[in-house]
Amino acid sequence: MSSRGVKRKMASQKASLFKRITKHHLFFPLVCLAVVLLANVIKTPDFFVVSINGGVLYGYVVDVVNRASELVILAIGMTLVSAASGGQDISVGAVMAVAAAVCCEILSGGAVSTGAFQNPLILAVLAALLVSALCGAFNGVLVARLKIQPMVATLILFTAGRGIAQLVTKGQITYVRVESYKIAGGYIPGCPIPTPIFFAAGTVALVMLVMKFTTLKLYVEGVGINSSAARIVGLNSVRIQFVTYVICGLLAGVAGLIASSRIYSADANNIGLYLEMDAILAVALGGNLLSGGKFSLMGSVIGAYTIQALTTTLYAMNISSDQLPVYKAVVVVIIVVLQSPKFNQYFRSFREKLHPGNSVSRKEEPSS
Amino acid sequence: MKKKKQLSDTSFLLMVTVGLFILMYAAGMIVFADKGFAKPQMFLNLFISNAGLIVISCGLTLVMITGGIDISVGSVTGLVAMASAYQMEVNGSGAYTALALSLLIGLAFGVVQGYLIAYLDIQPFIITLAGLFFGRGMTAVISKEMISVKNETFLAWAKYKIYLPVGTTNKRGVFQPAYIYPTVIVALLVLIAVAVMLKYTRFGRRLYALGGSQQSALMMGLNVRRTKFYAYTLNGFLVGLGGFLFFLNSCAGFVEQAKGLEMDAISASVIGGTLLSGGVGNPVGTLFGVLIKGAISSLITTQGTLSSWWVRIALSSLLCFFIVLQSVIASRKKKSM
Repeated sequence: MSSRGVKRKMASQKASLFKRITKHHLFFPLVCLAVVLLANVIKTPDFFVVSINGGVLYGYVVDVVNRASELVILAIGMTLVSAASGGQDISVGAVMAVAAAVCCEILSGGAVSTGAFQNPLILAVLAALLVSALCGAFNGVLVARLKIQPMVATLILFTAGRGIAQLVTKGQITYVRVESYKIAGGYIPGCPIPTPIFFAAGTVALVMLVMKFTTLKLYVEGVGINSSAARIVGLNSVRIQFVTYVICGLLAGVAGLIASSRIYSADANNIGLYLEMDAILAVALGGNLLSGGKFSLMGSVIGAYTIQALTTTLYAMNISSDQLPVYKAVVVVIIVVLQSPKFNQYFRSFREKLHPGNSVSRKEEPSS
Repeated sequence: MKKKKQLSDTSFLLMVTVGLFILMYAAGMIVFADKGFAKPQMFLNLFISNAGLIVISCGLTLVMITGGIDISVGSVTGLVAMASAYQMEVNGSGAYTALALSLLIGLAFGVVQGYLIAYLDIQPFIITLAGLFFGRGMTAVISKEMISVKNETFLAWAKYKIYLPVGTTNKRGVFQPAYIYPTVIVALLVLIAVAVMLKYTRFGRRLYALGGSQQSALMMGLNVRRTKFYAYTLNGFLVGLGGFLFFLNSCAGFVEQAKGLEMDAISASVIGGTLLSGGVGNPVGTLFGVLIKGAISSLITTQGTLSSWWVRIALSSLLCFFIVLQSVIASRKKKSM
């Protein structure tokens, strides 16, 4: 009898381990990533092959990780904004264009194309980051102080942003044809790994450390779950929301600079185009609620890589860039429907109808 | 005291809008008098070029009164134009089929988005953002090339001029009557129908109740989900119709068409006094919002030296001004209560 009891105990432990894995907040995002990658392996067997070609790493996976860098950086900012305000910042793509325009315009000294820096690089980068942080602050004031719906408030810069960028570059595409400007979007001489990967990894590490060693994460979640309760407990919810928008703007600026360095120019119409959608999608795919509250940065990062893998896959299937939104839209709808509490409720009641006796197994387990 | 409060709520915003439009147009008439800004035809052109936008904005106003939003209207318009053009030119069907197809596409978007928003409680912004991308992508799936319409019935509709008794005499003394297209009449009829529906029908009042407070509306015994669903469905239908009117104006389908139209429609509604938080709004105000947008773009084109992106910047700053104004009014109202 004791052996039977032990067996049962082991079985239940096994079940609980399985459940713990499936219930983990990173389970769903990782499954999505795995599905996309597996689909690729079936289609192109050498998907995971990484070779060194001309002194730099070369391969599908490297390409996906490299191209996803801007998206990862944006997704982090978007996660914070979503968590704190329960809304999304849809102006990030436009802010990227503004940052790129400011940087390139300062570097070229107002000319359309330049072969040498007209002003110090550090000045241009700082100015671009300052402008993007200001854009974030503008959104932050509208959302946090004036209590305007985040998406509507950021709609202003979403439309005006590219116009402002055009204004800065005087309606042209400003080229900066200097080798050292291409480093951020290309390769550091002698290093086989593309530089954007370092930027993405650095940003992720920095923000995660800040979240780990300060109370910011707790505050952001508190404000996101219930901002008036957070205020009553003594949190300055206006300032916390404002700070998340400034961070989001700043990160969008960083992403804009990388994107601009890739093409060594400032193309106000195309830098960061539709990237806000991808960033929102990454946040949702990462298992974060778009309505605010608790968040997982790692989830968003995994989500960003999943989306880039999906994009690369679709391109490989000869789907043109202007048809791509159809597939992404379908993915978004599926994710938000799966996430919606109402759908889960319907699904549960449907399952109960099928197996009336099964309801015991759904009993909530005490989770750590 | 009571009267003043009533004024500050809805009429104040509407008055600001109407005043701004008159001011803007009067300024244009004085500054650009030599460029024909004072002609009646110039004023009617505002309606002609924005007929589709008027209908779309009316639909959006309905949704915004319930406290929701729809940002897919621009790409649905593009899709409607492209699908109709494809249907007429490639599949060779008539103009009536194209019209039916347009309404059907709009309705389908309205039903699907409405269902997901009303019955699954998903944020309207996310769903309609997906709708935006779906519509734009589908347009490219149908055809990446521009399709110009050569269907005779359709062109007859598009080119049919209705002359009005007002007009100007040209240099040779010949009277030139001002004209409008049938699209303007359709747009104004829709506007009146929506205004009457909002003010005098049960459904219209339900929309206001829903936007004012969803919780109270629910407790009052109102079927919140169904009302919301109908609002999005009606909006979808109006977008289909507005898209067709827009298409009558452009007579072609191409991928980039009506890009950013959602922004114009939202800003028209907001400038016209529709509160983003719901519960307040009026299609007449929206009409003036559309006219202000039209006036800005015709002022900038008449001026000649300013680039086209100034229209967007001017419109965005105006939108920003009105949003801030609304938020100030809302916070003052809260304090006075």
